[in-house]
This record gives sequence, structure tokens and C-alpha cells, in this order.
Amino acid sequence: MDYNISHLKELESESIFILREVAAQFEKPVILFSGGKDSILMVYLAVKAFAPARVPFPLLHVDTGHNFPETLKFRDLLVEKYGLKLNVGYVQDAIDNGHVVEEQGFNSSRNGLQIYTLLDELEKGKYDAAMGGGRRDEEKARAKERFFSHRDEFGQWDPKNQRPELWNLFNGRKNFGEHFRVFPISNWTELDVWQYLAMENVPLPNLYLSHERDVIKRDGTLLADSEYLDKKPEEEVFKAQVRCRTIGDMTCTGVWESDAATVEDIIQEIATTRMTERGGRTDDKRSETSMEDRKKEGYF
Amino acid sequence: MSEVYKYEESELLRFTTAGSVDDGKSTLIGRMLYDSKSIFQDQYDQLKETTERRGEEGVNLALLTDGLKAEREQGITIDVAYRYFSTPKRKFIIADTPGHIQYTRNMVTGASTANVALILIDARNGVVEQTRRHAIIASLLQIPHVVVCINKMDLVDYDQTRYDEIQDQFEKFATKLDVKDIHFIPISALIGDNVVNRSDKTSWYEGPTLMYFLENVHISSDHNFIDVRFPVQFVIRPNTDEHHDYRGYAGRVAGGVLKKGDEVLLLPTGFTTKITKIMGPDGEQNEAHPPESVTVLVEDKLDLSRGDMIVRPNNKPDIGQDIEVMLCWFDNNKPLQANGKYALKHTSQDVRCVVKEIRYKLDINTLHRELEDMTINMNDMARVVLRTTKPLFTDAYRKNRITGSIILIDEGTNSTVAAGMVI
Ligand SMILES: Nc1nc2c(ncn2[C@@H]2O[C@H](COP(=O)(O)OP(=O)(O)O)[C@@H](O)[C@H]2O)c(=O)[nH]1
Repeated sequence: MDYNISHLKELESESIFILREVAAQFEKPVILFSGGKDSILMVYLAVKAFAPARVPFPLLHVDTGHNFPETLKFRDLLVEKYGLKLNVGYVQDAIDNGHVVEEQGFNSSRNGLQIYTLLDELEKGKYDAAMGGGRRDEEKARAKERFFSHRDEFGQWDPKNQRPELWNLFNGRKNFGEHFRVFPISNWTELDVWQYLAMENVPLPNLYLSHERDVIKRDGTLLADSEYLDKKPEEEVFKAQVRCRTIGDMTCTGVWESDAATVEDIIQEIATTRMTERGGRTDDKRSETSMEDRKKEGYF
Repeated sequence: MSEVYKYEESELLRFTTAGSVDDGKSTLIGRMLYDSKSIFQDQYDQLKETTERRGEEGVNLALLTDGLKAEREQGITIDVAYRYFSTPKRKFIIADTPGHIQYTRNMVTGASTANVALILIDARNGVVEQTRRHAIIASLLQIPHVVVCINKMDLVDYDQTRYDEIQDQFEKFATKLDVKDIHFIPISALIGDNVVNRSDKTSWYEGPTLMYFLENVHISSDHNFIDVRFPVQFVIRPNTDEHHDYRGYAGRVAGGVLKKGDEVLLLPTGFTTKITKIMGPDGEQNEAHPPESVTVLVEDKLDLSRGDMIVRPNNKPDIGQDIEVMLCWFDNNKPLQANGKYALKHTSQDVRCVVKEIRYKLDINTLHRELEDMTINMNDMARVVLRTTKPLFTDAYRKNRITGSIILIDEGTNSTVAAGMVI
């Protein structure tokens, strides 16, 4: 007997399996929602995994206060469309209460501050599994990350103490106070994600597609102009046809000059530019810990 | 236009790589990524820069998988690292396991989901103890296809006699193994001969290049499509007005083909009923195959829960509380305890078990059965008998890798301490 399943359908099936496993093995799981395509994909897969029932986990969004307005609008539509529960943790609250101190200066951002709010929300919500959209192809260090990643009672990851994962068997046992980070889309690459989103016609924030926007140029990267951005006197605002490759904090998410008007154009663009998602910010002083990276650090 | 549609047809192939230190594993993986144009420009630039900084010539492809190697050199615990690339035909997932002698456990982990195992041999050294170990693991883990890459052919002048000699050595020893499909390819990972591009220096070799093999090897029959096995993973109950009485049994097909209208047997209750509906990720479907994740609805109002299994009435798995397994021990801190109690996971079942008997320890370099020294330490393999608190529904691992596999968990530390294949 012969049966062919496409790689996208196999990845979909694997992720649905993981999502259901989380629902079965944990008491209070939560989906970490960042607003980007990976977390949108995760939500979309969760809807499929439990249909026609509702997704049995809430979303948690850590709001830096510097989001693209489009991100928040899209988030709220998504929540409404699928009848999801949304919790938001505000970095601004942590700043106001003196738990964290806002960075100063031109390259300041609130990325590092998110970690506090995230851990605080996880603790308050008594969540025992937090699902993230991390993928193993993102960078070398993530290549060894597990689907079920064990954290001790301080939320720390001990690379030496991770559990081997074989076959379809995932060990989510833990002691009181410990929790897990789970990565249902571990095996997807950037290209897989885009291909799947195109194949399934998944709605996405229009930030990912080419649009005209006010930008400035800093260290070779285009940044979206906004009220949150501290500009140097010599930095001029001009209009450009751009799109986001990752969606994050407005103050430090680079935008790219691009004419990609559809997801299929994006796929073409990725195939031809041959740059990793995290690349292209080589002259950025903080490129080693670019927006998405730091988010991952905090989130994951 | 439109790559998407082409990709919709491409399949997923998972493979592991095994070889002793310095056989050229990192170079080979780098070569595959590079020649298949899976490296991005920025990665390539970085590679070049690092190579130059180290005072080496050209571009050292082995550096692409450097993360693992640095760790190895520092003697830190190493794991399986996963890497990804694709060609228009297939997407590949490499489970890259370090070649160090101690890392049986990593190799077993990587092998558990692999369709293909690549075993590297340095043409100058021929079959060595580690080659045998790797082949034995591939056989125990029932990796459907094994490719023996005889590497560094450039260092033996692409000599056919040397190649034949090594193939001979390997085949002699492989007769003792349970590997269904073995291939041999003469390559030079460094220069690129027969990896992605065909070499003009091995005109005596008529087989495919490694990449051609990986793109074309027949993997759609690697699953068991005969014996219907559907472990219930999660029960879907919407509890809404619209779906008032809806009860869906969600899971991933572990074997056979489920069909709408089929009569099925439910385990452990023994009731029979009919499949009324199969819901897939895109809505209703008439059939479900491994490895699809679906939701199954049945005719009668029966109370199934996680850990139960849907099968066909005339094709049952083994049902019982005594299972015999080949165990690979993972735990660094404690050896396997005779009479020890562990938590056990099998498909979607969670039970406890006691180690009733250790039959023998298996020397995985020689397949010799050790009966004297029965201490089972990390990376050792042993055949053991387990007694479980509840009946399991198992198949021999040879027949089905999903219903034939278990893991053991230490109830004190919650670590995964062993993986087992049902005999
Ligand atoms: N001449 C030659 N050298 C090779 C070949 N493949 C690998 N090497 C060299 O062998 C050494 C070890 O290779 P590496 O890929 O690091 O081995 P690993 O330990 O198995 O990952 C390096 O110096 C490589 O350049 C080959 O096909 N021919």
C-alpha cells in the first residue's frame, strides 16, 4: 500500500499532535502570542486541532506598548473570530510600578523588559505549559531545543537536563512549581511557514506585505517612523515601499524595501534573497540580539 | 508562479548521520546544504569570514554545524541537533548526532524517527568498531533504509578495489543484522564527489549520488498500512448547543487505514462499533492514514478515553501486562534497577511498571549476549521483561515503530531514563 503525504501536511499533523498532547498532559497551558506569523500559525493549528470545540487554552500577549497598531487590531480580530480568550501583560505596568527600568538613548527598546512581564504573567496565571512559536531553524543554538522543554521552578532552562524525545512519546511530567515551554512548530522552517500560510490562505497582518510607510535609515536598516522612535537630528523621514519580515516592537523592527504584494511573492522573495530571517541587520549594533532574538530569549 | 503548488507535493524525509570522529560527517552535511543551495548568503559570508580568521583556505563547510563540534571539543554533554534543508523534491530533516563513542543514547534518539540512516566510513580505515555499532543501532531501531557512505575516496585515489573491499567487509557483518535496504556510495564530502554532483573520477560506480538517492528513495511505505491502530489521544467535546452530543476521538493514526463505515473494536472494553465520521484538519475525509492527525466519531455512545485504542475486530495487537523489550538505558546517575519501578509511556497510555527480569546485556559492538555482568549503565542495551499495572496494546517494534515503542521515566526525578522496543 502506498500513501503520500506532503511535507506541509505532515508538519501540520505533527504540530496538531503536539497541541493535543499539551491539552492532555497539562492542567493550565497557554499560547504565547507575539503577533507575528509564527504565533498566528500556532493559533490557526490549534483551531484545527480542537475543532469543532474551542481552543482549550488562552492566549497571552506581552504588550510592550510600542506595537504597530496593525498588530493589535489583527490580534483582536483573530481572538474574536475564533472565540479565544486573551490575556495581556503590559510592560508599561512593570515600568510604572518600578519593577523594571526603561532603557534610555537612541537605540533603546523594551525588548529586554518583556521578560519580567512574561514571567510575572506566567506565575500569576499559574500556567504549567507555555507554547511558543520557536523554530529550530532560526539559529544554531535552537537546533537542539526539544518540543517539550523543561524549566525548573525559577523558569530556567538547563540544557544538560533536557529529556530525550523519541518516536511520538513526550514526557511532560514535572514537580510542583515547575513548568514547560512547548514548541509545536519546532520542525517548520521559515519557508515551510510561508508556504503553508499561502496554501491555506491564512489571513495575515498587512504589515507583512508591501505598503508605503514613513521610515528613517539607521545603520543601514530602515526603521518605521513612529511617536515612540527617538530620532537624531540628522535622521530624515522619507516614504518608502516596505514590508516587515518579523513583527515586533516598532522602535527596533527593521522594515525592508519590497514589492511583495502577496504571500506567494514573499515566498519568491525568500527563495531569491537567500538571507536568513535574522540576517540583513549586519551593521545594526544590536544585530546579535535583534528584536526577534531578544523576544525569543525572554519568551523562550 | 507558483512554487507553492510544487511544494504541496513534496515529501518529508528524516535522516540521521553516524560516523566516528573525523570521518567527515560535518563536512558532508555542510556539503549537502551548500551544493543544494540551502545556505543563505549571510551564512556563507559568515562561514568565509570564520574560515579566514582561523587561517584556513577556502570555505570550511564543516563549520556550518560547528555548534555541536565546539561542545564536543570541550567535552560537554552533547545532544541531537536538528537541521533542515529542502530541494524542490523533498524537505529534509537531519538528526545530527555526535559520533563520539559514548553517545549511543543520542543516536538512538535520532534514529527513532528516521527514514534513512547515513553511516560514514573513512575509506582509509574501512569498517571499524564504531561502524558496526552504528549499523547495529540502525538495525535495532529499524531504520528502513541504510546508506553506507564510503568517504574520503579522494585519499585512496578513487580506487574501486578499496571500495569493493569495504563494501564486502560491511556486507559480511550485515548478514547478522535486520536491515532491509542497504546501499553503498563512494563519496568525497570535501570535494563533493557523488554527494550532490556526480563524480567523473568514479566511472566504475553506476549507482546514484547521495542526494539523488535521498530525493528518490521510496519512503511512502515506511509506515504500517495494514494493521489498524488508532490510540485515542484526546476526547473532543464541544459542549455547545450546535454540537450538543458531539464526542470526537482525536489522535494520530499509528497504523493501517481507517475508513468511514468500518466496523471497529475498542480496547480495552472490547465493544464493537462503526466509524461514522472522520474529521481531518481540512474537514471531513473518508479515510485516514498514518501519520495523519484526525478525529474519529463512532456510532454508539461509548465512553472512550485517552489511552484507549481503536482497532479492527479481526486484527488485534498484543494485549497484556507482561512485555519483553530491548531497552537502551539513558540515565547518567543510576543504572537500571532489577525489580525497580518506573513510569512507562506507550502511545497515549501512562502506566507504571516493574522490571521483572533482565535477560541479558547486549554488546552493541558485537551483538554478543552478556550474561555475567548485568549492570545496565548509560548507553547500555539490555533485553528485559516488564510487568505493567494495566494492560498495554502493543505490536512488535519490527511491525510498528509507534505501537512497538515505550519510554521509561524515573518517578523521583521525572527524567526519561530509557527507551524500549517491544520484541
Ligand atoms: N580529503 C578529504 N578530507 C575530508 C573529507 N571529508 C572530510 N574530510 C576532512 O576530515 C576532517 C574531519 O572532517 P569533519 O567533517 O570535521 O569530521 P566529523 O568529525 O565526522 O564531523 C576535516 O579535516 C575534513 O576536512 C573527504 O572527503 N576527503
